[in-house]
Amino acid sequence: MRWTARDLRSLAVGLAYLAPALFIFVVFVFIPLGRTFYLSFYNTRSTGLVTTFNGIDHYIDLITSQTFRSGLVATGLFALYTVPLGIALGLVLAVLLNQRLRGINIFRTMMASTIAISAAVGSLIWLLLFNPSLGLLNYVLSLFGVRGPEWLIQPAIAIIAVSITTIWLTLGTNIIVLLSGLQGIPEEVYEAARLDGARGVRMFTRITIPMVSPSLFFLLVVDTVAVLQAFTQIHLLTRGGPVDATRTLVYSIYLDAFQNFQFGFASAESVVLFVLVLVLTLIQFRFVERRVHYQ
Amino acid sequence: MSATTVQGTRAVALQRQRRPALPVRKVGSYVLLAVVAILVAFPLLLALSYSFMSESEIATFPPPVLPMHPSLDNYQKVLGAIPIGRYLLNSFIVSTAVVIGQLVTASLAAYAFSFLVFRGRQVLFFLFLSTLMIPWEATIIPNYMTIRTLGWLDTYQGLAVPFMATAFGTFLLRQAFMQIPRELWDAARIDGSTTLRFLRDVVVPLSRPALGTVAIYGFLSTYNQYFWPLLITNETLMRTTQVGIAQLRFEESLRWGLVMAGVIMVAVPTLALLVLGQRQLIRGLTAGAVKG
Repeated sequence: MRWTARDLRSLAVGLAYLAPALFIFVVFVFIPLGRTFYLSFYNTRSTGLVTTFNGIDHYIDLITSQTFRSGLVATGLFALYTVPLGIALGLVLAVLLNQRLRGINIFRTMMASTIAISAAVGSLIWLLLFNPSLGLLNYVLSLFGVRGPEWLIQPAIAIIAVSITTIWLTLGTNIIVLLSGLQGIPEEVYEAARLDGARGVRMFTRITIPMVSPSLFFLLVVDTVAVLQAFTQIHLLTRGGPVDATRTLVYSIYLDAFQNFQFGFASAESVVLFVLVLVLTLIQFRFVERRVHYQ
Repeated sequence: MSATTVQGTRAVALQRQRRPALPVRKVGSYVLLAVVAILVAFPLLLALSYSFMSESEIATFPPPVLPMHPSLDNYQKVLGAIPIGRYLLNSFIVSTAVVIGQLVTASLAAYAFSFLVFRGRQVLFFLFLSTLMIPWEATIIPNYMTIRTLGWLDTYQGLAVPFMATAFGTFLLRQAFMQIPRELWDAARIDGSTTLRFLRDVVVPLSRPALGTVAIYGFLSTYNQYFWPLLITNETLMRTTQVGIAQLRFEESLRWGLVMAGVIMVAVPTLALLVLGQRQLIRGLTAGAVKG
């Protein structure tokens, strides 16, 4: 199809309206993404000035780097501890909140309150809760005869501490999304299941979970992407330590770029982050949406 | 001895059986909800409680939950320790600027994507949506360099301008604009109204709820940012609230009461926004999850 003068004129008008947003996207999203790829093939000075072409050496360094591999493991563990548990907890609370009771909105607001809480604020509060001498967490555990760990000092535990904080921070969003999913289930579906003799747990696993599966999968992707991008909790709780146990991909980018000034190497890490997020979002767009039950 | 009396007493008996059962279950529900709600909000409530405690009280064992002698000392001290008023002002300026920028760029773009017909519209729409797949952290190095080259480190524009466009907001507004009856558009054209005036006089007023969602969402996410302001601000007076209070964590001696007072002061504006704009916020959060 050829472009007529009229096509071009209407396109020009359309572009005029899109121009402000497009300008921001080009300058702060598209060009930087291209430059991230470009930088990942170069060496830079500590100022960020490009010096020599490096081919795929940064990527080879990545693959052979012990720190990078353990960083990927830390990122994976972080996602594994945070996402399924956070969604499960959110679902239980959403079911609890999905009742017709006077004043239910007060409880909904209270439980959703972490939506408004920033990662910095949440991390500072949990930093106190995890404190071995002042923190309430280990005291409560001691009441049950459990000797609480040194949350932020033991490598295997530190990633759990970061995960607990993250679960709490994302709980509000999870509850709201799942609650609206539950409210979308028509009453007749429950009626019909009840007539067939479904009750309690059976009703929950056979009716509720399949019916909210779109929301569950939405959260699966969104929460995993959020974990991949998480920076604040790690910076304020553990600074990537102890011995790199919480040095996730994003935290590595921060350390390599802005503490060690290796912008080329950090850009290669950024490319890996980009690819991971891209794959997850594409899965959501293409694969999951088709398989999940929609009314 | 008639059947009606028997039936009557049975009905009464049934009612008696049913009546007490209902409130007990209801009370149970309320108790459960209250306990769980307090547990979920517990860290926040604890921060509030600690903000009224002295450092010596916080250090007592077992760890206290409620202040014995509540005082506002920590709030006074935090005002002396860090320029928190200035941080709040910075955050409000930046977040408001981002909201205004997003509302303008997103309404213009959404208008083009809903009312205007032109070749290449679909491609451009997907180009907008593709930005949702690009994590900000993956482009943060070149963006930092751009801001430094522009001389925008330690400036409001450096904090705000990169976030003044939103694909998600554009998508949300497009959905809202498409609900507006086409006849209004035709009528406006016959009246000789320009497209820009139609956008301002008809489309925007009719789409207030969606604009509210975009505004609240934009404000909250900008106000709560940490990584970006941490990178591009160095001067104390240009820090935002999140970076400012987190700085207390890296001091020599951590004064917890003071930190918690700071935490509360920083969290109050967003919590107020949550209470006031809950409906808009929920609409925004669920727009992605539920098919429209």
